Parts: sequence; C-alpha cells; structure tokens
Amino acid sequence: MISPDSDIHVRVRGLRFSFGSRVIYDGVDLDIARGKITAILGPSGTGKTTLLRLIGGQWRPKSGTIEVDGVNVNKLSRNQLFELRKRMSLLFQSGALLTDLTVFENVAFPLREHTDLPEAMIRDLVLMNLEAVGLRGARDLYPEQISGGMSRRVAMARAIALEPALIMFDEPFTGQDPISMGVLIRLVSSLNKAQGLTSIIVSHDVKEVLSISDYAYVISGGKVLDHGTPEAIRASRSEYAQQFLHGRPDGPVPFHYKSAKSYSDDLLEPAK
Amino acid sequence: MSRNRSVLGDFLRGLGGATFFLITILRALPGALLRPRLILQQLYYVGVMSLIIIVISGTFVGWILALQGFRTLTTFGATSALGVFVAATVIREMAPVVTALLFAGRAGSALAAEIGLMKATDQLSGMEMMAVDPIKRVIAPRFIAVLISLPLLTAIFAVMAIGWAGGHLIGVDLLGVDQGTYWGQIHAQIKLHDVIESIIKSACFGVVIGWISVYQGYFAAPTSEGVSRATTSTVVMSSLTVVGLDFVLTAFMFR
Ligand SMILES: Nc1ncnc2c1ncn2[C@@H]1O[C@H](COP(=O)(O)OP(=O)(O)OP(=O)(O)O)[C@@H](O)[C@H]1O
Ligand SMILES: [Mg+2]
Repeated sequence: MISPDSDIHVRVRGLRFSFGSRVIYDGVDLDIARGKITAILGPSGTGKTTLLRLIGGQWRPKSGTIEVDGVNVNKLSRNQLFELRKRMSLLFQSGALLTDLTVFENVAFPLREHTDLPEAMIRDLVLMNLEAVGLRGARDLYPEQISGGMSRRVAMARAIALEPALIMFDEPFTGQDPISMGVLIRLVSSLNKAQGLTSIIVSHDVKEVLSISDYAYVISGGKVLDHGTPEAIRASRSEYAQQFLHGRPDGPVPFHYKSAKSYSDDLLEPAK
Repeated sequence: MSRNRSVLGDFLRGLGGATFFLITILRALPGALLRPRLILQQLYYVGVMSLIIIVISGTFVGWILALQGFRTLTTFGATSALGVFVAATVIREMAPVVTALLFAGRAGSALAAEIGLMKATDQLSGMEMMAVDPIKRVIAPRFIAVLISLPLLTAIFAVMAIGWAGGHLIGVDLLGVDQGTYWGQIHAQIKLHDVIESIIKSACFGVVIGWISVYQGYFAAPTSEGVSRATTSTVVMSSLTVVGLDFVLTAFMFR
C-alpha cells in the first residue's frame, strides 16, 4: 500500500457486508494496483465471489467504501454505474453465458450492445478472442453443447472483448486441463502486460496464480489475514497463509462451515 | 388477526413492488421500441407459437356456441338470430377471455420460466455486469410482444369462431340457417362499440398477463423450485385476474 493514489484502481476501505445474520466481511481494506495482477486467495465460502460483486456494484456494503477509479461505486446512479461497468468485466464462476445465443454471438454480445462496429470488424474481433482461448472451432455451438471448462473459456473471451481496463476473474482455471490452464494463465498474464490491464484473480490454484500475480491477499473469516507480494506470501510465517498454501485441513483457517453445535453434540442429538 | 394483517401487509408490499417494477418497464419501452428485431423475435416465440392453440380453440368455441345457440333460439323460433348470438358472445366475451386464459397458460408460463431460469443461471446479473440493462434487453421486448400478440390473437380467435370454419360451419352448413341471414344479422346488429369493447378487454388482459409473467420470472427464487413456483403463480394469478377484470370491464361497458 505504498503506491501513490492514482496508481490504485480499486480501493476498499472498512468493508462490512452480511447476508442476513451471516457476516461475510467484517472490516476489510484492500488496494488493487492499476495495471497489476492481484490474487485473492481464501477458502471456499469465505466471500470471494461476494467481494467481486461488491466491487462491480451489484450489491451494497453495509458500511465502508468501494472506490473504482476514485469514485465510490455505491454513490453512482444506475446510468453512471453502467458507464463504469463498460470499463470493467466480471468473469462469473459459472460463466453466465446467454443460453439462447451461440458461442460466437455470446462473445459478440458486448460488442453489439456497446459499439457500432461494422459486422466484419465484429467478426474479426470475436474470432480473435475465441482463438485466444482455443475455441474458434466451437463458434457455432450453443452453451448447452459445450463443457463447463469450455463455457468458462468462452466467458473469458467475452470478458476481454471490449478491452476493459479492469477484469475480475472468478476462478477462471476451474475445470481446465493442464494444457488449457497453461494457455489461460499465459493469456491473463499477456493481457496484463500488453494492454496494461488491471486484473483481479480469484482462484484456488494457488501456485499457478501466485506465479503470475504481482500482489496477493489472503482472506478468511471476513478479514484480510495476510497480504503482500507472492514471494512475501510464500515466505510468510503467518500460520494462515501457510495452511492455505499447503492445503492443510487443520489450522487457523476453518475447513468447516460455522455450526452452532459441536460435531459430537450434533450427532448425539436425538432425531426429531 | 395479526396474522391476517401480515398477509395483507405482504400483499400490499408485493403489489407496491410489482407496481414499481411495471413503472420501470414502462420507462424502458421507448428504448426497446428502437430495437424491432428483439421484439420480432419475441413476437415469434410469444405470438406465433400460440397461434395453433388459439385457432383450434376458436373453432371449437364457434361450434359449441352455434349448437347451444340453435337449441335455445329454436324454442323462440328465432334461429335467424344465430349469427348475432354467436358473434356477440364471441366478440364481447369469449374471444378476449378464452384467448387470454389460453395465452397465460401457453405464453405467460413460458415467459416466467425462461426469465426465472435466466436469473437462476446468472444470465441476468451477467448482463448487468456487462452494462446491459436486463429490463431493456430482456424484459421490455417480451412485455411489448405480449401487448401486441394478445389483441391480434383475440381477433384471430373471433374470426375462427364466427367464420366459415367455426359457427358458420355448424349454423349454416349443418343446421341450415340461411347464409344471407347469418351474415346479414351480424352486420346489422354488431356495432363498433362491441368491437371496441373487445379490443379494450384484450389490451387490458395483455398488460396484466405481460406484467404478471415478467414479474414472476424476474423475482423468482433462483432455484428449480422457485422457477416452478413462478410458472404456476403466473398461470393462477393471470387467470384469476383476467376473469375478475373481465367482470369489472363488462360492468363498466354495460349498456
Ligand atoms: N445470495 C446469497 N444469500 C445468502 N447467502 C449467500 C448468498 N450468496 C452467498 N452466500 C453466502 O456467502 C458466503 C460467501 O459466498 P461466496 O460465493 O462469496 O464464496 P466464495 O468465497 O466465492 O466461495 P467459493 O470459493 O466456493 O466460490 C457463503 O458462505 C454463502 O453461504
Ligand atoms: Mg466463489
């Protein structure tokens, strides 16, 4: 957090958020540096997807501020928010492809909605983006005809179509074989280098993500447990980071979803 | 007592939310009208796909009315009025109401399910994150398609029920009512205000069915159960609203 203000693309301060009584964030500060790749690591169910949706302005924090390009996303009108979103992309965990459109039309969708480009240009852009994720040959298939890993790659091609300044990837590598994973990692890294894209990557493939990240946050239990450069995270003596990096079930990061009763009490309780 | 009050409270809150939603849709209509391709596509799914069921039902209703009408009119020796009997019943009541009920079952339920599933699979929030407003891109074109299709389908229903394949076939070709009398009486007795009544009714039903089905889909719980509940509620609520509203409109236009 030493960089000057203008170099911070997304600034989160004092973020608190909960679903009903379940607290997801309990006072979190984050800085996402412009033009850098930032990894968000944390156990499943801890609120990483929630964080990306909060940054995208889909949900409102209970308190705290989220600034993108220096403006508070929750102070924007719907139109202003949409203007801001034209400059950011969120790659959904599920892909969120439009099921009534082909792969080609899905990638063309943001271009058709937001630009007046001639058809020939749209075609070229779509094919280039599909080629980058290795799916040019699948352009005429419908989302139900492709696999989960392929959907996510199509979604990635769609996310980069408008050349946003900020991309948030929600577990882009899940369900990819080692070869496509390698390709996608190189793609993310080259987008960042060639276009100066700010990238936020949520992923459980810790080693791979750290290998291309400039900075990383480890979150759990509604708090930032550790943050720093990948080297610092790897070398960190924080028990949390170490447990997470090495995937140990025991340690300060709970593997279990919070329960009101202990396991034995729960098992011994008579059935109703 | 307190329970009743909370049910009433929920109902009023729901109605408030639905009204606010309707206003949001209405404000998106001008923009949506600028993209006729999206509307045409929906007209196909919503309107053309409902055509068969409307044509068949219209024909049957025409046959039934001709048979029933002939039986009753014979006792008064007034079978020459068969054409008017069929036409008046169809134009004022049967065409708008039956078309609306069938349409709610065929198209309204499909719309609610489609929109509900789009929500459950993140397609709507995906659009929002791409700075595309789902109200403008998804909801408004479907709403417009309903508004356009229902009056047209109602007209088709009426033509089928009264015309040569419907009431005419039974009344003239089978029961022997004079063809000239059948049409002559219709021309003489059916007034412009009957047709206007029919159009007003089907337009109102269109608003109601469009409103209910997109609302149910858009606010469905994002689960398979939620989508199935949205579909059912669409049909139940649309049907009840259509018959209730039909009574109110008929009473209003009674003369
Ligand atoms: N719509 C919702 N309503 C209520 N609770 C929710 C909702 N969405 C998520 N949650 C809860 O919020 C918590 C965080 O969810 P989130 O999807 O952000 O987790 P995540 O860190 O992305 O997990 P994963 O790595 O498995 O994707 C979860 O424990 C979940 O139970
Ligand atoms: Mg997630």
